[in-house]
Amino acid sequence: METDNFTENISKVVKRWKNKEGNLIMVLHQVQSLYGYVPRGAALEVANQLGVPLARIYEVITFYHLFKITPPGKHNISVCMGTACYLRGGSRLVDEFKKALNIEEEQTTPDGEFHLQIVRCIGCCGIAPAIVVDDEVHGSVKTEMVKGIMEGIASKETVHAN
Amino acid sequence: MPINTANMATMKEAHAKRLAAIKKRIIICAGTGCVSNGSMKVFNEFESQIKAQGLDVVVEFKPEEKSYDAYISKSGCQGFCQMGPLVTIQPGNIFYTKVRQKDVAEIVEKSIKGDGLVDRLLYLDPNTKKYATCKEDIGFYQKQMRVVIRHCGFIDPESIDEYVMVGGYTALVKALEMGPEKIIAEIKAAGLRGRGGAGFPTGLKWDITRKVAGDIKYVICNGDEGDPGAYMDRSVLEGDPHSVIEGMCIAALSMGANKGYFYIRAEYPLAVDRVEKAIRQARQKGFLGKNILGSDFSFDLDIRLGAGAFVCGEETALIASIEGERGYPRPRPPFPSVSGLWGKPTCINNVETLASVAEIINKGSAWFSALGTEKSKGTKVFALTGKVKNSGLIEVPMGTTIREIVFNIGGGILKNRKVKAIQTGGPSGGVLPEKYFDTPVGYEELQNLGSIMGSGGMIAMDETDCVVDIAKFYLGFCVDESCGKCAPCRIGGKQMLTILEKISHGHGSLEDLEILQRIASAMQRASLCGLGQTAPNPVLSTLKYFREEYISHVVDKKCASGKCKDLCNYEINQTTCKKCGLCLKNCPAGAVVGSKQDGYKIIDAKCVRCGQCFEVCKLDSVMIT
Repeated sequence: METDNFTENISKVVKRWKNKEGNLIMVLHQVQSLYGYVPRGAALEVANQLGVPLARIYEVITFYHLFKITPPGKHNISVCMGTACYLRGGSRLVDEFKKALNIEEEQTTPDGEFHLQIVRCIGCCGIAPAIVVDDEVHGSVKTEMVKGIMEGIASKETVHAN
Repeated sequence: MPINTANMATMKEAHAKRLAAIKKRIIICAGTGCVSNGSMKVFNEFESQIKAQGLDVVVEFKPEEKSYDAYISKSGCQGFCQMGPLVTIQPGNIFYTKVRQKDVAEIVEKSIKGDGLVDRLLYLDPNTKKYATCKEDIGFYQKQMRVVIRHCGFIDPESIDEYVMVGGYTALVKALEMGPEKIIAEIKAAGLRGRGGAGFPTGLKWDITRKVAGDIKYVICNGDEGDPGAYMDRSVLEGDPHSVIEGMCIAALSMGANKGYFYIRAEYPLAVDRVEKAIRQARQKGFLGKNILGSDFSFDLDIRLGAGAFVCGEETALIASIEGERGYPRPRPPFPSVSGLWGKPTCINNVETLASVAEIINKGSAWFSALGTEKSKGTKVFALTGKVKNSGLIEVPMGTTIREIVFNIGGGILKNRKVKAIQTGGPSGGVLPEKYFDTPVGYEELQNLGSIMGSGGMIAMDETDCVVDIAKFYLGFCVDESCGKCAPCRIGGKQMLTILEKISHGHGSLEDLEILQRIASAMQRASLCGLGQTAPNPVLSTLKYFREEYISHVVDKKCASGKCKDLCNYEINQTTCKKCGLCLKNCPAGAVVGSKQDGYKIIDAKCVRCGQCFEVCKLDSVMIT
């Protein structure tokens, strides 16, 4: 993806935000929603088009947890470790996913399929413990449900392939 | 210029007419909790089932007038998240819980076509064993008083017509007539204090900002709800976005601001979406923009997103973030009311604070100040979670005791275990033991005990939770989230965490407890912002109230709750064990041996201390020693 020509995509984003004050974070959000992370080429392009130093852009990207500078896995599994989820067994879910995927937290499987991360409270405390799989929230998750959730991701994929 | 309310009257009348032409209304909870439990599938199933059964159904009203058999609408979070998806049917307010797609056909048959009930989907009170037909019959709702979340679960958050129909934006009209001084006097008299945690008097904040000279001023809604275990603001933004917009308009009017920002966590996409829609609608209907309702007051709103930094809930860090910078806090003074966003006078209020404003203007300060305690007025929304039976979003008058909240609304502790403590205020708050449960909730009341009200997270803990582990959890959060700008927070937090790690692995000493106390006091006094100043609170409050537990960790090297794995052993009590074998079946490590004839025991060398045997044993025969 690094070889993409970012100019056109970024100019669309920049055009919308250029004249607004304090636009950098909003621009980066949009870049990330296009690519799943902020590729270096895109950051360079944002720097050029917004007229801010590249260092400023990386200063912001590295401060905020949500911005990523490496490509995410194809499927993203976020296990909530907010207080309610933690007390109701969130860490056991983390262990179960680690076992199932054979990776550590904040890692991506070697084939690039799955990324496992820990998030601090997604505001679903009423249905703790909760996880987010590709933007879909699952509540009251038990360790024995992990296998089914993984199968669910796989089966969705076959549907798409068909 | 005269205030023109003709448009509002038309909206109100038209919507009332539309609703009058509906036989049944189906309200489906579309809060994040219910959506994740599949409420949108239920929504779609209702639409197709009603059509399939030959009835006229509408989900979005068209301009032409027409009558329908049924109208399906979404609502914001109704609070009873764990019982979701929640479905309400009007008239009668029949309240169905845990509704699945497969249940829909039967509901349509019985409650939409007819006026009957599907008993098995009604809420079954676990104590009285009686079915409740509507919310008013359920203990969880009976004990609450809903002011801020008055519309959540009832109106369609995506419809401005509906908001206006239930009296929305009338407070803005009233405020335009009152003028700035009277508005501020009213909010001051009401005694409204900041719901974000610090409890600063809202009227005073507005007054200070008003008195600072400046042609450009800003109002900011702080929706950066980062506390783990809290989701009040998300629910309000998702369930009733117009009430916050109305509050912001009134705030802006009182201090002469013309521009406002919503700062919302990017982790709340649904809230962002609903607020965006609401701003567009409000602008279109003349509640935002130039010359609002024909008056000479102009005000407009924009949204800025957070990007996952807890410190950005602190007002100066939040301002830096809106400016597109790293979210570093700045030393105060100058306070934002003097020099805030882009150096201009800025007033920052929390979501819940702003959502209270319209109701105060409408009903008057006397009504509001009659609720609550001497210094804490009105109501407060709490996210009641953790080990309670009914977890969810609740609202109670200030002054309600912790015990009432945990036992009457929360229904007591899961598995009927013994309650150990309640944590309030998130990572900046404290852990309070049961002996203080008769404390009425209020800013000063909680502060005096070493905790805080905070934004409203309330997390119940039972005897299987370890206070050292809890302190470690919260401190770990603050260490992760420390921005690193000032040394006391950056270094102090890390050092305290290292000591707590040591203690939980059995290498702690009594001296460590003293060191914890010393570092904590340095952090409280010397940190730059609220994050660092309050980060030691969970450690200090647990040290204060649960000192014996720390001592048993450092002296006896024991963790009675079984959370610190290096400090516990599991054993089976042979006299109470009924030899059911559940422990053997559930042990992932093969550490349980034995048979139904000879009984079971745990081989300590193989045990991984996962606690599964303890969890599954129905007779509490697995002991932690």
